[in-house]
Amino acid sequence: MAVNGDSRARWRYMDHILTRPGAYTDPEWGEGIIGTLENAKVLVIGAGGLGCEILKNLALSGFKSIDVIDMDTIDVSNLNRQFLFRQSDVGKPKASVAADFVMKRVPGCKINAHVCKIQDKDEEFYMQFSMVICGLDSIEARRWINALLVGMVDYDNDDSLKPLIDGGTEGFKGQSRVVIPRMTSCIECQLDMHAPRAAVPLCTLATIPRQPQHCIEWAHIIKWEEERKDIQLDTDDPEHITWLYRTALKRAQEFGIQGVTYSMTQGVVKNIIPAIASTNAIIAASCCNEAFKIATSSAPALANTIPEGVDPETYDPDEEFAPAPNNYMLYTGDNSIYTFTFGHKKKPDCPVCGNLPKDLTVPGDQTLQELIESFAERPEAQLKKPSLSTGGKTLFFSSPESLRQQTEGNLRKKMRDLMEDGEEVVVTDPAFPTEFKYTIHLT
Amino acid sequence: MLKIWSMKQQQQKSEAAAGQSKKKKVTAAQLRVQKDLSELSLGSTMKTHFPNPDDILNFTLTLTPDEGLYKGGIFNFTFAISQNFPHEPPKVKCREKIYHPNIDLEGNVCLNILREDWKPVLNLNAVIVGLQFLFLEPNASDPLNKEAANDLMTDRDRFKRNVRSAMAGGSVKGESFDRVMK
Repeated sequence: MAVNGDSRARWRYMDHILTRPGAYTDPEWGEGIIGTLENAKVLVIGAGGLGCEILKNLALSGFKSIDVIDMDTIDVSNLNRQFLFRQSDVGKPKASVAADFVMKRVPGCKINAHVCKIQDKDEEFYMQFSMVICGLDSIEARRWINALLVGMVDYDNDDSLKPLIDGGTEGFKGQSRVVIPRMTSCIECQLDMHAPRAAVPLCTLATIPRQPQHCIEWAHIIKWEEERKDIQLDTDDPEHITWLYRTALKRAQEFGIQGVTYSMTQGVVKNIIPAIASTNAIIAASCCNEAFKIATSSAPALANTIPEGVDPETYDPDEEFAPAPNNYMLYTGDNSIYTFTFGHKKKPDCPVCGNLPKDLTVPGDQTLQELIESFAERPEAQLKKPSLSTGGKTLFFSSPESLRQQTEGNLRKKMRDLMEDGEEVVVTDPAFPTEFKYTIHLT
Repeated sequence: MLKIWSMKQQQQKSEAAAGQSKKKKVTAAQLRVQKDLSELSLGSTMKTHFPNPDDILNFTLTLTPDEGLYKGGIFNFTFAISQNFPHEPPKVKCREKIYHPNIDLEGNVCLNILREDWKPVLNLNAVIVGLQFLFLEPNASDPLNKEAANDLMTDRDRFKRNVRSAMAGGSVKGESFDRVMK
């Protein structure tokens, strides 16, 4: 079969789905779906184990405009499962190698690679996409992109609402979930779904190591500080890992512990969780199917369904006892197979999506003191011991004492000297369980 | 795309802020630290110090125990909180080299809630109470400084003498300590 970039021949069978309505297609479904799919601009965050799968799946299911962002370079240990990379690619950036490979394999698909941290890009960059798919191993990065997407929603601009599809795996387990920012429970609401990193008490490491991992952690946390304090540990530097390995090995021998190896040292220090290629494939596949359904409305997607037995006419997911739409799929493969899809409810007190900033117009020559006093008149904020800050500045803290002293000088300053127009101010008070957020408009 | 939410969206339009801020926002970690800090109950034996008041994720806590074996000492702990807080615990280290069964010579602290028992529901106050407790009740069964733990377990009086001389800047078994007396 001859395939070129302009032909739909490659997608002939998929187009059977896209050109005919079915029982579950959206009522709005109609002509032009193929165009919607081809024009949807998708951002993939992460070009590692999940990222390789996601990029391949998106390209093969007809997405034609993809961006991928990853700051990492290819390590030899990635090659077993990150199948877009070859031995000769070791040391090169993951994002660009992955993009080039998929573009070569699927003509007509355009992938832009960005070799940088997600934090290096601004809102304008993220605004161009119609959805974001994450294949990350970092909770911090997930929280960052989540907060950004929630903050970007502008109700006067439909295009500012960008579904976030998040995949994650750990050994035989994984999850995929969809967040419709502000509408459904967000990553921050679901923070407690992440298992904490198992840690061994420091004193066990220091006194009675029992496992080879304890010896490595000891070398990593205690011995490095003691002997190489002035050198910043770089877990990608073979000399550093070798030092840790030798130090750990010596300790293991002292305690008669077997099993410290170089690769175990690398694994413990870099907190590498054994990745299983097939788990990545399962999770990435479900993420991409959700992306496909969201882009084409060919079937209901996670987070975009009305729970069973609920009247769609009166359904309000924000109501206290209303069920949440199914938005979370967990996959557990370590004891036979168990999957469960459920609705994770939005947290009313979520620091990211639960409490959105209100507009507040403030005269630029008003002092911070006057602003705080004016809060006292607002019924929702009878403040007793307020603390206020912006993203980059601590405006005023009532306590602790030292911070109060350092910031009370700001009380006499004019608002225009403390912040720029349009900045967000967060007000907390021990008397209130939740915070108040205001977008300040200076006049 | 996303049909069912459009109705909901219309509804909320009027409630939400019209203009979106493009400025640097308070992160979830910062927000949580702000709440935790304003709810600290420090008492007279504890003080905070912020080298840069605009960076509330990094500060020093000064502990001056008014009872127990470490009475009269001044102990400084650095708190370094990451953007992953409260998923991850704060990193806490003792700045002085002290003689304590649960604090090693590098300042590492063995406190369960700073590592294996950390939970996001715990707050900075819990950590501070935990640190204070370490000075009131040094714990020989979870040693980080084995020598000190041994002394505490086998000869409490000798341990007391060692604490006093270490706090005065003296040495214990050839190891010299920082002077931490008021």
